[in-house]
Amino acid sequence: MTTMPPASKQAGEKWVGRSVPRREDLRLLTGRGRFIDDFELPQLKHAAILRSPYAHAEIGEIDVHAALELPGVRGVLTGREVAAMSRPFAVGVSPAPKYYASAVERARFVGEPVAVVVADDRYIAEDALELIEVDYRPLPAVVDIEAAMAADAPQLHEECPNNIYSQREFVYGDMESAKKEADRVVTGRFLFPKYGSTPIETYGVIASYDPFADQYEIWSNYQGPMVGHALVAQALGIAENRLRWIIPTDIGGGFGIKTGLYPYIALMAMASKRCGVPVKWIEDRQEHLIASATGTDRLTEMEAYVKSDGTILALKDRAIDNTGGYIRAPEPGCAYRSIGNHTGAYQIRNLEREVLVVGTNKCLTAPNRGYTCQHLYFSLERMMDKVAAELDIDPAEIRLRNFIAADQFPYKTATGGLYDSGDYAAAFRLALQRFDYDNMRQWQKEARAEGRLIGIGLATVVEPSVTNIAYVGLAKSYLERRKEHPKSGSGEAIMVKMDPLGKVHVIAATNPQGQGHDTVISQVVADQLGILPDDVTVSNVLDTHQRLTSITSGSYSSRFSSAGTTAVVLATQRLKEKLFRIAGHLLDAHVESLQNDSHKIFVREQPQRSIEIRHVAGTAHWNQSGLPEDMDVGLYGVGFYNMPTSEPPTEFDQVNSSNTYGFIAEVLMVEIDPETGALQFLKWVSAHDAGTVINPLLFEGQLQGGVAHGIGGAIFEETAYDENGQILTGSFMDYLVPTSMEIPEVDMIHQETPSPLTALGSKGTGEASAMSAPAAIANAVADALRPLGIEVNELPLSPNRIWHWIKDAQSSPSQ
Amino acid sequence: MRPVGRKITVTVNGEQYVREVEPRLLLADFLRHGLQLFGTHVGCEHGVCGACTILFDGVAQRSCLIFAIQADGAEILTVESLAQSGKLNLLQKAFHEHHGLQCGFCTPGMLMTALELLRENPSPSDQEVRAGISGVLCRCTGYKQIVDSINAAALAIAGAEAAE
Repeated sequence: MTTMPPASKQAGEKWVGRSVPRREDLRLLTGRGRFIDDFELPQLKHAAILRSPYAHAEIGEIDVHAALELPGVRGVLTGREVAAMSRPFAVGVSPAPKYYASAVERARFVGEPVAVVVADDRYIAEDALELIEVDYRPLPAVVDIEAAMAADAPQLHEECPNNIYSQREFVYGDMESAKKEADRVVTGRFLFPKYGSTPIETYGVIASYDPFADQYEIWSNYQGPMVGHALVAQALGIAENRLRWIIPTDIGGGFGIKTGLYPYIALMAMASKRCGVPVKWIEDRQEHLIASATGTDRLTEMEAYVKSDGTILALKDRAIDNTGGYIRAPEPGCAYRSIGNHTGAYQIRNLEREVLVVGTNKCLTAPNRGYTCQHLYFSLERMMDKVAAELDIDPAEIRLRNFIAADQFPYKTATGGLYDSGDYAAAFRLALQRFDYDNMRQWQKEARAEGRLIGIGLATVVEPSVTNIAYVGLAKSYLERRKEHPKSGSGEAIMVKMDPLGKVHVIAATNPQGQGHDTVISQVVADQLGILPDDVTVSNVLDTHQRLTSITSGSYSSRFSSAGTTAVVLATQRLKEKLFRIAGHLLDAHVESLQNDSHKIFVREQPQRSIEIRHVAGTAHWNQSGLPEDMDVGLYGVGFYNMPTSEPPTEFDQVNSSNTYGFIAEVLMVEIDPETGALQFLKWVSAHDAGTVINPLLFEGQLQGGVAHGIGGAIFEETAYDENGQILTGSFMDYLVPTSMEIPEVDMIHQETPSPLTALGSKGTGEASAMSAPAAIANAVADALRPLGIEVNELPLSPNRIWHWIKDAQSSPSQ
Repeated sequence: MRPVGRKITVTVNGEQYVREVEPRLLLADFLRHGLQLFGTHVGCEHGVCGACTILFDGVAQRSCLIFAIQADGAEILTVESLAQSGKLNLLQKAFHEHHGLQCGFCTPGMLMTALELLRENPSPSDQEVRAGISGVLCRCTGYKQIVDSINAAALAIAGAEAAE
C-alpha cells in the first residue's frame, strides 16, 4: 500500500515534497464533479451526428426533408453549409489538404461527420439521423502506410500527390566520417500500431451563438493547447475575441486525445448559428472509437552504425507516419515532436533522418500520451538490443556504454535538444540492482534449459516534457520558415491574489484532467508565503475571456509540474514583493530588512516592529490612498512563465522540441505460454527521474497510470481496419483496454536530479511509462522468443499474434 | 411520433419520485437528466466500462443497460448517497487518502462496485479486489491505488465495526 508521511499541520514547514491528498477528491467522490455533460443552459437543444459508413466515398445529394419534418427537430447542418460557413482549418504543411469540420463532397474515413441534426433531445436527434438519405458513391480505399504511396493508390486529396502530406530530410553531425569509422551496420524495420487512450469521458461541446453580439460561447472538455482557439476562430472567419471558450473544471481524462476535439467545436458553433439555439453534443463511445482521434501508426526503417565495442556512432532512419484521411494540427507534430530527444539517452552525435507523413482512409490522429516517443523508443530500444545481440554484449552493458554521462549536463543533442539535467547510469543501476539483474539472467538460463519461454526486457529512455511549439516548424525548410513569423514558446500563466483579510486565492487556467493541479498549487503557494495549503483557495477554469491564457495554455506534454509550478512561484513572489513594499511603507522600514511568518511581517533585527499581514492586506483594499505613491492599487501577483530554452528552430533544423527532460529505466521479465501465446509479467522495476517530486502520492499515480497505458499499447490496443477501411474496433468489446486484472505490481524507484530551469527543480512526468513500456515489453518478448528464432518488430503483442509466431516457427523447416 | 410515456415510481437515495418516462429512456439518462443526479457517469452506453454502475435493489448494475421503466418500484442508490452529513464514508475516505482516483469519471462506478464487493467479502485479497473491480475501466490510475484504497477501506470498516 502507498505509505504517506504524516501530514503535519505546522505552518512554515515545507509542503512541496509531501503526499498531500487532493482537495479535488471531495467533489469527485461525492458525485459533485462538474463535467461537460453536467452543464445545461436555457433552451438548450441536442445534436447528433450522421457519419460516413464508407472509408472513402463521393457524397452526392443529402436529402434532409424527412428529418426536418420529424417533430422536435430544430434543424440540420450538412457539408454544403459547413463549406459555406467556414474555411478549412489551418495546418503546418503546404500545400495543405482541405480539412473542414465535416465532410464536404467526399468522405475520407469511416465515421467522418456528414450531417448534424439538432433536436429537442438526443433521442429525437438520433431518430432523425435515420431519416436522412445520403447518395454515397463509394471509392476504393487505402489503409496501409506503404500502399498509400504506391503509384496506383487511391488519391485522397488532389493537393497531396501520392498521399504524402509532409516530407523532409535531415542530416545532423558528420555522417560520412561516422559511417567510415563504424565496424558494422545493424538494421531493423519496425511497425508501431495505431491506438488511442480512450478517456472514459468522451468528447463534449456546448455551443451558443449570439446573433446580436455576433459572438460564440463555447463550453467543452478540450484539453488544450489553446492553439485550438485560434484555429477554430480562423475556420469560423472571426477574431478570437468573438469566440469565448470555457473549459469546465472537471475533465474525465484526456491523454492527448482531447486535443483532437476542436473541429467539433467549430461544427457545433455552426450548428448553433444555423439553428438559432444553443446546442449540446456529447460523443458516444462508438463515435469516439471510430472517429475521435488516435496516435499515428508508424513504419520505421533504422540503421545503426556501431563500433565493435558497442559504441553507436550514427543512426540513419526513415519513419513514415499516417495521420489518416486528413492532416490536422498539431500534426505533423507526430513526426517532429521527439526530434530533440531522437537519440534518446545516448551520446549519438550523427543522424540522418527522413520523415514522411502520409494519408490513408483511417481516423485522424492526435498526440496520444507519449506523443510518438513510444514509437521512437520502440525502434531505438529494439535496435539497442539488436546491436547487443549482434556484438554478443549484454543489453544492459550496451546501454551503459552509450549513456550520456552525469558530468555532461546540460547536454545538447545532435538535433538541438537541451537536456537540462540527469544521471542516467545511476538510475539504471538502481533499477538493475533492485531487479537483481545478474542473478535473474542466471535464473533465466536455467528456466530456458527446462524449456520455459522467459525474457528480460530493458528500456532506458529520455522523457521530454513541456512542449516548445517551435518544433512544428520543422515541417517546413529553413527557407520556407524564414518567410513566416517565427513560432516558439511554452508559457503558462497564474494569478495569485490576497483578499482584505489576508487570505490567498489563486486564479488558474491550467486545465487539468485529473492531475491534481489545485492541490499542488496550494502546496507551492503555502511554501512561498509560509502559510498552510488549507489557507489557499484555487479556482481553475480555462476561460479565454476571463483568464490569462495564451496559445500554449492547456494541459498537455506534462507542462504543469514544471512550467505551471514555476508560474505559481513567480506569481506568489510578485504578490509577496508588493505585500512587503506596503508593509515597509507602513512600518517606515526598508523592504530588504523585512521578514514574514504565517501571520505578520516584521523587521528582521527588531521583531517588535511588526504588522499583521491582514492589516497590510486591509490597507491595500480599504485605504488605497495609503499605499506608496508609485504603487498600483490591487493586491495580486501575476506569473507568466515561458521556459527560456523555448527557441525557434535554427537554420540547421536543430530545435529544443521540449524543455525539461527526465529519465526512465524499465527492467522487466515476462514468461510466455507456448500453448496459448499469453504473456505473464514475472517482475517489473521502473526507475524514474523527473527532478524534484512535488507530491509523491500524485507522482505515483501518474507513474502507475503510465504503466497501464504502456501495457495497453504493447499488448492490447489497436484501432484496426479491414482492407476496405472498415473499422473492426468500434466498441469496447473489440477495442480492448487493460482492466485491473492485466496490470502487474510494478516496483517504482525515484531518483531526483533537479532541473535548473524550474523554480522547484521539477520536470514533467505525466507520460512516463506510456513512452517506455512498449519498448521494454517488446524487448522482453523478443528475448523470450529468441531461442525459437522469432524477431519482434511489431505490436501489439496479443496472445493471438505471439501464438501464430510460435506455431510458424515450430513448423518452419529451419527449426 | 414520440413514444407514449409511462408513469413509474422509483426510490433513489431514499427519496421517492413519480415520473412519466418514455419506454426507451435509459435509466442512466433518467437519473442524470431527469432527476439531475449528475454523479452517475456514462462512459460507453454498451455495458463495458462500468462508469454508470449503481446499486439497483442492492445489486450493482449498469444503469446504461436498464430502461427507466424497468426501475418501476425499485430502490436505487447512486454515488450521491454515500457521504452523510457532509462527511465522506470510510470507502470514500480511503479513496481520498490513497489517491484512488484521478479524473474522477469512473469513480462513481468504481465506488458503487467496491461497496458491493466489500459487503459480500469484507476482507478480500488483492486478487479478489482486482477481480471484483475488473468490470469497471479506469484509464488514469493503472488500478494500483484503487486496489490500495479498497484494501484500506476494508480494514477501516472492520475496525469501525469492531469498535461498535
